[in-house]
Amino acid sequence: MIQVQHLTKTFRVARRSGGMKAAAKALFRREYDTITALNDLSFSIDDGEMVGYIGPNGAGKSSTIKVLSGILTPDSGSCLIDGRTPWKDRVAHVREIGVVFGQRSQLWWDVPVADSFELIRDIYKIPDSLYRKNVSELAELLNLKDIIRTPARQLSLGQRMRCEIAASLLHSPKILFLDEPTIGLDAVSKIAVRDFIRTLNREQKTTIILTTHDMQDIEALTERIILIGKGKVLLDGPLNDLKAAGNDHRSLTVAFKGSFPETLPEGVTCSERLSERAVLTVDTAVIPVSEVIASLSREISIDDLSVSGVGIEELVVDLYRQYRI
Amino acid sequence: MKGYLSLFRIRVQSGLQYRIAAAAGIATQFAWGALRILFFKALYETNPAALPMELPALCSYIWMQQAFLAMFASWTVDKDLLDMISSGSVAYQLCRPMDLYTNWFIQSFSNRLSRMLLRCLPILLVAAFLPYPYGLLLPKSPLSFLLFLISAPLGGVTVVSLTMIVYGITFFTLDSRGFRTVIFTAADFLTGSLLPLPFFPEKIRPLVQLLPFASIQDAPLRIYTGDIAGMAALQTLALQLFWAIVMVLGGRLLMARALRNVVVQGG
Amino acid sequence: MRLYLKFLGIHVRSAMQYKSSFFATVFGQLLTSFSALLVIFFVTERYNEVGGFTYQQILLCASVVWAAFALSECFFRGFDMFPSMIGNGEFDRALLRPCNEIFLVLCSKLELTRLGRLIQAAMMLIYALPRCGVSWTLPRILVLVFMLLGGMAAFSGLFLIYAALSFFTLDGLEFMNIFTDGGREHGAYPFAVYGKPVLTLLTCIIPLACFQYWPLTWLLGQNNSLLCALAPAACFIFLIPCVLLWKFGLRHYKSTGS
Repeated sequence: MIQVQHLTKTFRVARRSGGMKAAAKALFRREYDTITALNDLSFSIDDGEMVGYIGPNGAGKSSTIKVLSGILTPDSGSCLIDGRTPWKDRVAHVREIGVVFGQRSQLWWDVPVADSFELIRDIYKIPDSLYRKNVSELAELLNLKDIIRTPARQLSLGQRMRCEIAASLLHSPKILFLDEPTIGLDAVSKIAVRDFIRTLNREQKTTIILTTHDMQDIEALTERIILIGKGKVLLDGPLNDLKAAGNDHRSLTVAFKGSFPETLPEGVTCSERLSERAVLTVDTAVIPVSEVIASLSREISIDDLSVSGVGIEELVVDLYRQYRI
Repeated sequence: MKGYLSLFRIRVQSGLQYRIAAAAGIATQFAWGALRILFFKALYETNPAALPMELPALCSYIWMQQAFLAMFASWTVDKDLLDMISSGSVAYQLCRPMDLYTNWFIQSFSNRLSRMLLRCLPILLVAAFLPYPYGLLLPKSPLSFLLFLISAPLGGVTVVSLTMIVYGITFFTLDSRGFRTVIFTAADFLTGSLLPLPFFPEKIRPLVQLLPFASIQDAPLRIYTGDIAGMAALQTLALQLFWAIVMVLGGRLLMARALRNVVVQGG
Repeated sequence: MRLYLKFLGIHVRSAMQYKSSFFATVFGQLLTSFSALLVIFFVTERYNEVGGFTYQQILLCASVVWAAFALSECFFRGFDMFPSMIGNGEFDRALLRPCNEIFLVLCSKLELTRLGRLIQAAMMLIYALPRCGVSWTLPRILVLVFMLLGGMAAFSGLFLIYAALSFFTLDGLEFMNIFTDGGREHGAYPFAVYGKPVLTLLTCIIPLACFQYWPLTWLLGQNNSLLCALAPAACFIFLIPCVLLWKFGLRHYKSTGS
């Protein structure tokens, strides 16, 4: 159980401006900007939930993760994870969590992965029987058998990511933070990683918090998303809610000849336009798709036409725009 | 030329932003120089006759050395350049419309110059007001100051061309840390950074003074203090000029050969 | 402790992956301290003695200081490199481990190439031991070992201060070099050479002289006070404020992030 209430965190950053004069001035007096990373942030996550934690760059995602993992103390607000305040009780807390950073390795670069695993066993004081069980299970599920004797630096990105995930799970954490776990992976590895995460959540009931920019990850994995921007929760709910919001929108791709009309009917926006092709977004609550097609065919000759639902990516971009972040 | 100037401006600007770093550097160098002088004072008290330089001149030498450390220290290298060479991404640099050697030379030179400009004035000022004989003295004569003004830039060119040669060799080795330690340690010793060259034993001193390392900082500093004057000063300047030219040409040759390798092997 | 040995094992195996580079760097380190030795030689050749200490006595002093420095740099390298550890987020990563923070940093780096300096210091010591005019009895040998340990404690404490300060600023750290690198370079000669104010500073505030000049005078029979023989203990006491400063810095770091 993770309960986050009214978390606030601000940073002070020295302002640096260009120009010789400004640089010389900064020698004597320095100006500071205050940046609000977290602004009265509240949410709660139940045991065994899988949550997508999304937001644009600089929204406060990594600050949240740092607070939740006990390495950053907030200015105010409270956070209870299994009855513990992470930053007050760091050592006991981190024993219960696992963290995977897509862009930062926890494996020792120059030694075989198995050696890294053993060192992690000793750091977390994992009992031998549990360690052996976990390693064999993880090696099985993540298909590590052939690579566990290889030094980490010789692994491909996909292989390494599988090892990173295994390394974070050796001590059977109750909560797993995944920070962009699929970044830079090819399609096959991405699917393997996602499959594993799903299995882990279903069978071990591990609570999973996933931050990512990859909307496919979100779509494939999470039921619930928390969207944050400027340190605030903008939307917290089932992914289906977000999709439902997009239900009355359709995307219309038209290949045409002739000059495209300057003004479009109400409820229609043009999102892309080339000389002979255009992509339109239609709000079906305002105007039915058939009417849009009829009105278009009066002005131009339509060569080809396709209608599709709006993807989750466009929806999120749309939400970002709505909240002006 | 304008490109190089703006390169230099950017260096000075980014240097100015790190005011605390500069202050700490100045304090460090000042304390370092003071300890040096205290040490030589102890030697002087043991046996004044055996000192190869007068104590006041020696103090000036040490203060100038500290003030211009950023310019003449041999071990200042550009980490970015080294990484670029060992990772092979140096090939992209070849796309820029500048000659690589000249470009890097200017970059290193302005790097050193900007750091020195930031640091030398406070040290020189404070040192100048220290009581005799521990302070920094004015140059022996207007002439020696004039010669110093010629000699110092030559020393700067020589030290930068030394680092350029190090970059050049880096192209040919996979890991350059070891040999870099060796070269810079030797250079540090032979430039007189650890012990001024006049203190070297008489037997090896004439030889050491002919080496390019001696032109880097020993020559300008001793011209300033008047330890080298007259005809000897002119000879020293000629030797400095000779080494500056040889080192730059050697570095260029090495770099050209290294780059040919890069192009052939694709980095 | 067992865990620390495991970490050592990993570092040794990592270093052995790059054998040629490793040995080249060891050689380079050897050369570095060799040139410092040459300086001592040049100076004492001209003057016979410095501040009343002979060439062999200075070698004894220098070898203790250099060995202590090499050892603490070898094992405390993580603190020496700490600013970059903060900069690239490695420290955040380390904090996710359920261990004491000092221990984590201690384990993060091991600079075995410093053995080059250690070898040279050991050779100097072996040369100087029979020639420095001390008749070696058991208490004297113990004091010598005590000096070495005290030196390690003092330099390690300085590295700890350095790391603690880097929680607040990454810019002003160069100042610490006066005591770390400066302690090594200028510490080749007994600190009394630099005059009374320096000696007092390095006795009462930064206890570098406590493992160097004072016990040395006791070894050489210039001073019979037992206090001098036990002076290296001050270096261990020095560690207490260092650890406190580190704790304070860590608290600040956790509330500001990077």
